[in-house]
This record gives sequence, structure tokens and C-alpha cells, in this order.
Amino acid sequence: MKRMSRKHLATPYVFWIICFTILPLIYIAWYAVSDGDGGYTVENILAIFEPVHWKAFVLSIELALICTVVCLLLAYPVVLILRRLKIKKKGTIVAVLILPMWMNFILRVYAWQVLLSDNGIINSFLGMLGLPSINIINTPAAIVFGMVYDFLPFMILPIYNSLMEIPNDIIEAAKDLGADGFTIFRKIIWKLTLPGVISGITMVFVPAMTSFVFSDILGGGKIQLIGNVIEQEFTTSMNWQLGSGLSIALMTIILLIMALLQKSNQQTKGNNMIW
Amino acid sequence: MVKNVFGRIYIGLIMLFLYAPIVVLIVLSFNNSKSRAKWGGFTLKWYSELFDNSIVMDALWTTLTLAILSAVIATVLGLLGAIGIDAMKKRNYQIMLGATNIPMLNADIVTGIALMLFMVRFLPLGFSTMLIAHITFNIPYVIFSILPKLQQIDVSVYEAARDLGANSVKAFWKVIIPIIKPGITSGFLLAVTMSLDDFIITYFTRGAGVNTLSTVIYGEIRRGIKPEMYSLSTILFLMVLIVLVMSNRASKKQVK
Amino acid sequence: MSDNLLELRGISKAFDGKTILQELDLNIKSNEFVTLLGPSGCGKTTTLRIVGGFEKPDTGSVIFNGEDITALAPEKRHINTVFQKYALFPHMNVEENIAFGLKIKKKSKEYIKDKIKYALKLVDLDGFEKRKPNSLSGGQQQRIAIARAIVNEPEILLLDEPLGALDLKLRQDMQSELIRLKNELGITFIYVTHDQEEALTMSDKIVVMHRGLVQQIGTPKDIYDEPCNAFVADFIGDSNLLKGKMLDDRLVEFLGERVICVDEGFGKNEPVDIVIRPEDVEINEVGKGIVNGVVKNILYKGANYEMTVEAGGFDWLIHNTVAYPVGSMVSLYVKPFNIQIMKQMDESEMILDEDMENETYE
Repeated sequence: MKRMSRKHLATPYVFWIICFTILPLIYIAWYAVSDGDGGYTVENILAIFEPVHWKAFVLSIELALICTVVCLLLAYPVVLILRRLKIKKKGTIVAVLILPMWMNFILRVYAWQVLLSDNGIINSFLGMLGLPSINIINTPAAIVFGMVYDFLPFMILPIYNSLMEIPNDIIEAAKDLGADGFTIFRKIIWKLTLPGVISGITMVFVPAMTSFVFSDILGGGKIQLIGNVIEQEFTTSMNWQLGSGLSIALMTIILLIMALLQKSNQQTKGNNMIW
Repeated sequence: MVKNVFGRIYIGLIMLFLYAPIVVLIVLSFNNSKSRAKWGGFTLKWYSELFDNSIVMDALWTTLTLAILSAVIATVLGLLGAIGIDAMKKRNYQIMLGATNIPMLNADIVTGIALMLFMVRFLPLGFSTMLIAHITFNIPYVIFSILPKLQQIDVSVYEAARDLGANSVKAFWKVIIPIIKPGITSGFLLAVTMSLDDFIITYFTRGAGVNTLSTVIYGEIRRGIKPEMYSLSTILFLMVLIVLVMSNRASKKQVK
Repeated sequence: MSDNLLELRGISKAFDGKTILQELDLNIKSNEFVTLLGPSGCGKTTTLRIVGGFEKPDTGSVIFNGEDITALAPEKRHINTVFQKYALFPHMNVEENIAFGLKIKKKSKEYIKDKIKYALKLVDLDGFEKRKPNSLSGGQQQRIAIARAIVNEPEILLLDEPLGALDLKLRQDMQSELIRLKNELGITFIYVTHDQEEALTMSDKIVVMHRGLVQQIGTPKDIYDEPCNAFVADFIGDSNLLKGKMLDDRLVEFLGERVICVDEGFGKNEPVDIVIRPEDVEINEVGKGIVNGVVKNILYKGANYEMTVEAGGFDWLIHNTVAYPVGSMVSLYVKPFNIQIMKQMDESEMILDEDMENETYE
């Protein structure tokens, strides 16, 4: 078909992006720099450095980092095993990982509260086995636990996709040239799955860093993450300027982190979409 | 192979981790005791009471309408968008991909707040704002499902259709669409799933009195979640599971 | 100890109950260019993969330099492979690809540098050190794959249909390139192909395989001139394949005619297969040959004419430099030593199994 006419099919979508992706971002940025009385200020953005906010922010980064690392450590072996077992039905694997999403997200996190609470199911089970109980509910550990649970599929899928794309003969060629299992992993498999890993890290780190649900449900409401702080500015404190300022600050810092991550991996370009 | 045994055990443990909360919720849906900590015997009463609970039923209705409607609109816009993007030259192509990535990579909380701040200017917060928000975060999933399929298509397939007498619309409808159909389907299903599972963006863009299941449940957490929610979720989950298993069987039979 | 570099003894292999190799025996001497030739599914790639260590045979052993290496992992063998689809590491540039094996062997930096330079010169790609594989053409990638293998100084280089993905002109260039390389390096090449022309051009020794069995081993000339059975005759080059009966030593009957030949040692009245190459059929005036016939078809082929002549109820394929118009009456004659007589083969074995393609790739 004529390339000209085909391009124009995207017009409604371009319009949609401008209206509901670009303009809202401009809007929130404008809110962030306005002081509510018609003037402009950067105070709301710099408010991220105020001790209360900064503490929540640092804790958020810490928990998100731990969550990301744990997800990576749990997910990578899964993917390697799937390849070794020659399980190639991608559809089934995706379905198994996505299926839990059809049970309401809030309910699933809430179920962990039931499982993890001091007299909850896991502890009753441990008690029956005569093992010491774990008391992690309402601690940062429980928050991380919930996050890892919810985000693990988003780490597995992109790595799985990039690993399955490696043709077998590349690995055989490495063997042929004398590489042992560990060398093959380090020099071939890890390198070639890096785009998947980075995409997985993005898919896990950003929501883990910004969500307020896990801390609400599993942190007992006492642990404040940056997500909680921003949410409260909009729901209870009703300070939209401050909330927007903090959002913009958060977004900027996340973008910086992501840019650094991408830069550390300049060579591996290509398609690192998860779907 | 010993390694394979360990591998299977490991996968089993991960599956247990992913599905444990679901099992808990299903069990709770049959629990006669209102307390979530105690087992009070088997009952089906939460299932029968479910349909009398207007809050739950309203939320269910809103959730489903929102999911289907937003997924359909996102699929149409996304399909057209993907086809258009695919035809673009490098520079515009990159710009469009980058813009499409924004809702996926941006934090949900920022997306939600930004949409709310913008829309509240000219629309009362309510179902329509929720719908717009859901379409916005659904489109990228549709586009990224369809675009790779479009890129795999050999141009000569389309040209062959033209050569055999199909006009451009017909060639597109009869040849290209069937080839990318798996991408369209998975994009649509992903969109439905993401819409159903969303909480944060919905939370910020909803209006007073309009609730999805997520927002109702979130509101109930402090006071205690009504057991009807467990039974409703169980029904939804099992329905999807059955559909999945059946479609899997069907596709297996086709292969044979 | 024998002077064989590599011996395969009684190798059998089955995938999912499907037999791929049956009791394969093969000896390869040092410095030979050996080609495994056969149709898809004949087991040639599996044989190569067993030598490379990527598959374990169900029975039998692989002897390398007098040592049993059947169970040895591929990375421990002094054998390197050039893969069908090159299998270059996409994330490394040319230099890094070639250095891969040497770095694992912990060679010094200078050594590696020299080797890369030498190998790139050898494959005629100097100056390509920093290029990424995906910026190279198919032929260039192929040569890098060869360079990557040979810097490790393997005693045997395995090549799995390495020219299969290249176009005709390039393939011909690479054929002479490979022969030159083999001579310069002085190592053994084991080459897998289904292309009989390629095999005839390049090999010192051809192993014709079919259905997991070795059909014939010999020099290209042996294989072409003296195919040992109808399958080999049919697979290698064009041929006229006839059924006949051995009346006595040096006397065979086919198409109802008694014909003098040079073969001996068959049983009296033993049914045989007869192969006559198209260029060995001479065209004479009517009555001055073995059988009379009529020209049915003629094609100009540049170097000669390809004719179909119906004679004695058989369509003969004939290559001749003189054209005979369609419809003209001729007589066909074959010199006795150009009549190849072979023990008869079961008809069913002749059918090529196209569905066994890609025998090893799942």
C-alpha cells in the first residue's frame, strides 16, 4: 500500500498520546512549579529533600533495590531451568505468570497479610513443624515480600524472552571453542540476556519504588514510602502543588537512574519489550 | 538427571509462591467464620449473599465494563497506531515508540495523578475519566503486541495479494490482519487483564461514588474485607482458568 | 596403532525411537578432506555432531588419535566446528569472536593478536577486526566462523553445510577458498553437504550416506565412475538406471539385448542394476548400436546438448556435442567399460526420505 496513507492510520493514536500522555505530564509539571497563588516556585520540587520526605524516599529506594535484586536472583534460575527442560510453550508460561492477575491485586496482597501475620497460616504451619515463627508482618521485610511476589513475573518474562532467542548453535559454538558451563554463562548467556534483564529491572524497580499499596497493607500503615507521602498529599492533605512537586522530583530521579542503567549497557540495543 | 529434579523442585516452589495467596483466597471464600484467621467450617453462603450485595455487584459491573470497553477502544486505536507506526520513517518511528513507552515506564502514581490533574479541568471525575485513563495505559500493551508481528510480515505477502487482484483494503483485511491476529488477540487480552488488575491509576482518576472492585476492596481493608469479595474473586479466577485450559486443549487438538 | 586420525566404530543413534545411524564405521586419515554426502535425513549431520561431541552415540565409540573420546565433552576435544548458520556471537565484534577460544585457553595477548591477524589474512578479511557480525555479508560471516575455528589449531575441522546459505557464485568462490585453506593449514576437514557437485569438487574422500548407512566410500572419481549401487549412481550426477540380468561373466542382458561388458563374478542369471552415465552413451546411425530409438527432446546446455531418446522402451538421458533433431531415428551404443553393473538394490531403499529433514534440530 502507499506508505503515505498507511502512516495516517496512526493519527488518532498520535492525538491520544498528545492529549492523555504528553499534556497531563506538562500539567503535572506546571502544578509542581506553581505556588497556588499564581506565582511560580521550585520549593515543591525541592521539598523532596526535606527530612520527612527524604527519609521516605531513601527507604523507598532501599526497598525497591532489595526487591529488584531478589526478583532477579529468583527469576534467572527459573528461566535457565525452563530452557534446560526444553519447555518451549511460551503461551503456557506467559499464561501461568499472568493468570494470578485475574485475582484482584489488592486481594492478593491482602492474602499475604493473612499468610504472614504473627498468628497467620505460615506461622501455624511452622509451629506444627516445631520451627520458630517468623514475625515480619508490619515490617519493611513484609513490604519487600509482597513486592517480590507481585513483580516477579515481570522479571521472568523479559529474561525468558531474551534467553529463548539465543540459538542453540551459539551455545554449541562456545562449547566447541572450549568454554565450560560457567564461561558460557558469563560470556554468552548473561551478555545476550542483558537487554531482558534491564527491561526486567525497569519493570520491577519503578513500580516497587513508587507503589503505596504494599506499605499500606503489609507495612501496617506505619511505614511511609514516597508513594504514601505523595498519595496523602492528594487524598488527605489536599496539597496538590506539593504532591505534584514530589511526583516530578520522583520521576526525574527515576529517569536518571534508568538513564544510567541504559548507559551501562550501551552495546546491547534491540527489542527488550516483554510482550 | 539430578539437575533436572532440582530444577523441577525450584520451579514448583516458585509456583507455590505465586499461587499461595490465590489458594488462601479461595479457601477463605468457603470459610463460615467471618474472621480470616479462623476456619469456621465449610459454607457456600458468601456465594449466595454475593448477588444481594449491591456495592459488590455495582463494582463488578463497573470493573467489567471498564475493562472490556477500554480494551476494545485501546485495541482499535492501538491496531491503527501500530500499522501507522510500522510505516513511519526511522525518526518518527523512534519518537512514536518512545511516546508509547511513557505510560509503561512511568510510575503508575505519576501517570494517575497527571491524568487526574489534567482531566479534572474539563471533565467531572467519574466513569469517563477512568475509561480514558484505562485506555491510555492499555494502548501500549496492544501496540507492543502487534508491532512485532507486523515487522515479521514479509512485504511480498501483501504484494502477492495485490498481484492476485486484491485492492489495498482487501489485501490488508484478508492477508495482513489474519497474519497479525495472534498479536491483536494477545494485545486485547493483556489490555483486559491490565485494566482489571489496575488499582493505582483507577484510584486517582475515579470520582466519588464510582468504584471498581479494587477501590472497594482497598477501602475495606481497614474495616475488614467482606467475604463476598473472596467468593467473587474465586468465581472470576476459576472462570478465566477454565477458559484458559479449554483453549489450551483446543489448540492442542488442532496441532494433532 | 593404526594410522587413522579418527575412527568411528559401530556408531548407532536414534532420536525418539527413529533410527538415524546404524552401525556406522568410518576411518579418517590425517590431512584428508572427507565429505559426508547424502540427502536430508541420511544421518550426516548427526555423524558430524557425534564427532564434535554435541551428541552421544547410543552404541559404538569415537577414537581420536588412538584414544576413546566418545564421552569427552565438546570443549575438551581438539576438534572445532564451523556451524551451518555460522553461530557467530552477536554481541562480540569480529576480533572478540576470533579471540574467544584463545582467551579461554589463556593465551598471551600478543599471541592472540598475532593469531587474529593471521587468521583474518588467511580468510582475506584483514581490517574487519572491529566489525560486528550483523554488519557482515553471509560470505564474510562464514569466513569469520572459519577463522574463529582455525585459530584454535584443531586437528580436525568440522564443517556443517557451511556454504548452504550462500548464493551460487559465492559458493563456488568459497569452495576453492576452502581447498586452499585446507592445504595451507594441513589439517583434516570433515565436510557435510547434500550437494553432490560440491562434494565431487572439494573432497579427497567421499562418504555417501543414506538412511543411516554408509553406501560407499571412495575418491570422487571412484564414486562417480564406479557407483556401488543404484542409490549412489542416482544421487551422484545424472545417470541412466536400468534393470538387467547377468548372463555370464562379461555378458549382461538389458532391454532385451545381450551386451558385452567388463564385469565378472556375478551369479548366473543374477538380476542386476545397470548404470550408464549420459555422456557415455554414443549416438550412431540406425542399426549400428545396441538399441535403436527416436529422439524425443533436445535441450541446448551450452557445453553440450541434453537429449532424451526413447529406445528399447526406456527414456535415455544423453549428453552429446552434436545435435540430433527431434524425431530423428538413431542407434545407441555404450562401450563395455562404461557399463556399470551393480548388485540389485531393494526398490524401496531408493526412495529418498524427505520428511526426515533436519534430523537433529528437534
